[in-house]
Amino acid sequence: MNANREVLCMEPELTETPIGVATPVTPTTDTMPRRASVGRDVRNTVGTITVPNPRMEARDVNVFYGEKHALKGVSIDIGAKEVVAFIGPSGCGKSTFLRCLNRMNDTVSGCRVAGQISLDGSDIYDRKVDVVPLRAQVGMVFQKPNPFPKSIYENVAFGPRIHGLVNHRNELDELVEASLRRAGLWEEVKDRLDQPGTGLSGGQQQRLCIARTIAVSPDVILMDEPCSALDPIATAKIEELIDELSQNFSIVIVTHSMQQAARVSQRTAYFHLGHLIEVGSTRDIFTSPQHELTEDYITGRFG
Amino acid sequence: MQPTALMIVLLVITSAAYFFGRRRAVSAAGGQPRYLNSLPAYYGFYTSLWSGLPALVVLALWLTLDSSVITHLVVAGLPDELRNLPASRLSLVINDIHNMVSGNVVSRPDDPVMLAAAERYREMRTLSLAALTVVVLALAAAGGAFAWRRIHTDLRARNAVERMVVLVLVGCSTLAIFTTIGIVLSVLFESIRFFQAVPLTDFLFGLSWSPQMAIRADQVGSSGAFGAVPLFAGTLLISFIAMLVAVPVGLLAAIYLSEYAGPLLRAWAKPVLEILAGIPTVVYGFFAALTVAPLMRDWGSALGFHVASESALAAGVVMGIMIIPFVSSLSDDVINAVPQSLRDGALALGATQSETIRRVVIPAALPGIVGGILLAISRAIGETMIVVMAAGLSANLTANPLEAVTTVTVQIVTLLVGDQEFDSPKTLAAFALGLLLFLVTLVLNVIALYVVRKYREQYE
Ligand SMILES: Nc1ncnc2c1ncn2[C@@H]1O[C@H](COP(=O)(O)OP(=O)(O)O)[C@@H](O)[C@H]1O
Ligand SMILES: [Mg+2]
Repeated sequence: MNANREVLCMEPELTETPIGVATPVTPTTDTMPRRASVGRDVRNTVGTITVPNPRMEARDVNVFYGEKHALKGVSIDIGAKEVVAFIGPSGCGKSTFLRCLNRMNDTVSGCRVAGQISLDGSDIYDRKVDVVPLRAQVGMVFQKPNPFPKSIYENVAFGPRIHGLVNHRNELDELVEASLRRAGLWEEVKDRLDQPGTGLSGGQQQRLCIARTIAVSPDVILMDEPCSALDPIATAKIEELIDELSQNFSIVIVTHSMQQAARVSQRTAYFHLGHLIEVGSTRDIFTSPQHELTEDYITGRFG
Repeated sequence: MQPTALMIVLLVITSAAYFFGRRRAVSAAGGQPRYLNSLPAYYGFYTSLWSGLPALVVLALWLTLDSSVITHLVVAGLPDELRNLPASRLSLVINDIHNMVSGNVVSRPDDPVMLAAAERYREMRTLSLAALTVVVLALAAAGGAFAWRRIHTDLRARNAVERMVVLVLVGCSTLAIFTTIGIVLSVLFESIRFFQAVPLTDFLFGLSWSPQMAIRADQVGSSGAFGAVPLFAGTLLISFIAMLVAVPVGLLAAIYLSEYAGPLLRAWAKPVLEILAGIPTVVYGFFAALTVAPLMRDWGSALGFHVASESALAAGVVMGIMIIPFVSSLSDDVINAVPQSLRDGALALGATQSETIRRVVIPAALPGIVGGILLAISRAIGETMIVVMAAGLSANLTANPLEAVTTVTVQIVTLLVGDQEFDSPKTLAAFALGLLLFLVTLVLNVIALYVVRKYREQYE
């Protein structure tokens, strides 16, 4: 069974199994009471990739790092005011896909993106599109908190300043306060706005980064494992925050914690070796996965 | 035995000690090295260090001290009328004896007293060498034998060797530190002698520099002036011009190379820029004197300015060119040390690349860049060759870069070049200038290192 999986995962194009034809049944699966209904084919995403009110639509996205084909034909919608979780083993392309959504891959040399991704119906990879406003609309929070070595105030004011969002110092003050409040950080830092953001604790730094991102009023917020460098209490605060933010923003979160995905997201997408294997409501993915690879992963049988 | 031959013999003895020590260890373990506490080679090193180190220390001390001890003994044996001469005359006599011993020309070739003294000197030197040979060889043998006897399977030779190696390292660093202290002290003492002749305030605040000392009181131009202000003003003017050239060019080059240039260009451009740093300053000097200075004069006259043929401008510009690689390579390192995550953070907020550089990368790297610039300034201040060749020798107190100025380092060179008495204020002034210059660059370096270190801690 292991050898079989190896071949299928490494070189899926070589298997000629047509969709719908069951994969060879192995003795192990035979004895099990229930088995995911779809086999091990990776070419088509299982589940519904569309939503009724999409903000972003990705269709057949392929990414190459030089010769390496890192993302293979990924299609998925990101709905308005929903939280989508991306899960999957390391190196399966979650971050790569996330970075496609705000064109951060442009900064990686040797990276090529093919396919269509649109934001509110307009193609973001169109040659006429300027990445500067795009990245203001699709904000990003990174795995490791990365506040600028400036004061807390200046960290939050950075985005509004470069985009010229405010005209007066008062407006800026208000915007900074509002952003910090929405990020749940205001009460903790209101007396030391002029102190360096790098002096905060890890969890506070991450919330500062979130405040910095929402200060430019994005439509979508991308979060790449935002809690993986934080302790459980800081993680709980961020999760709470994500819940609140989802009333105003669409959020895509990459996470390695399945509990976290279950807690914060409404929809979940499972990636495997560059393929988007399965998409569905979070409850369905965790209780009745359709694809064997998804089931293996969420039951901890993977790898 | 001559010291060189002695050292070779010592080397042979320590090698033999290594061999014997190792063999004894192996045989003590019954030919089974795994029963030894340490690897057999450590027993070899242990023995050879014990035989070599004490002997070497004695040899070094003996060689540094013996000529002064012998001289002292010879002087003690001189007749009273010579022994009671004033110190300066006595040192002439001693010089004569030394010269006689080494067969050089002397002032009184057939003075019987001198001949006898020289003869005694020779005898003592022979005796001393013989004693040295015996002592060193005996020590080497004794040390080796001592270590050899102590070798058994439980001897922790590895730790012992480690401790002795630490001792050697400590010895070397002490030597380095004491040499530095010695240099500083000798400069300090000479400076103190200078300040006995010229008041400190005249030196620090005097506005005119013409280091002449009269030999006779009625001589023309007998009054010397030792005001260091024009020299430091000249130094600052030239360093300032150099920084005006080096900082913008070096910094912008560093930004281009680290943020914009592709990997291929970076792989080529960085080494090429660093080759500039390897050009000897003399070469820059004649580039300044023969190419840049005439060019400036021509441009100046075309524009209606008078530019002296040796000008602060020419020297400063060339010095700036010399420092460019210094500034750019230091800044490049600092800019590269700014974490990529900060750039990503700014780019993800919709900043353009130049906004990211201006508002995030440079501010984050600024302390390190400032530190690098301070180091570059202290290099500019200490630079001599270019200024000697291109800036002139006249100590003008001026802020006009088109005129000739002179710098501290240039004056030190001219004060010490040629035949000089070593106790006139004119010569001693060089030490005072050197001391002051040392203090200035020291302060700059301390600030720079402090700033650079503070910056390093920030991202670790
Ligand atoms: N900058 C890059 N250059 C080359 N290959 C990369 C780069 N970034 C990611 N990859 C490769 O792309 C694949 C997907 O990586 P990534 O998106 O970071 O995975 P994940 O975030 O799911 O762990 C991995 O095999 C990784 O090695
Ligand atoms: Mg990742």
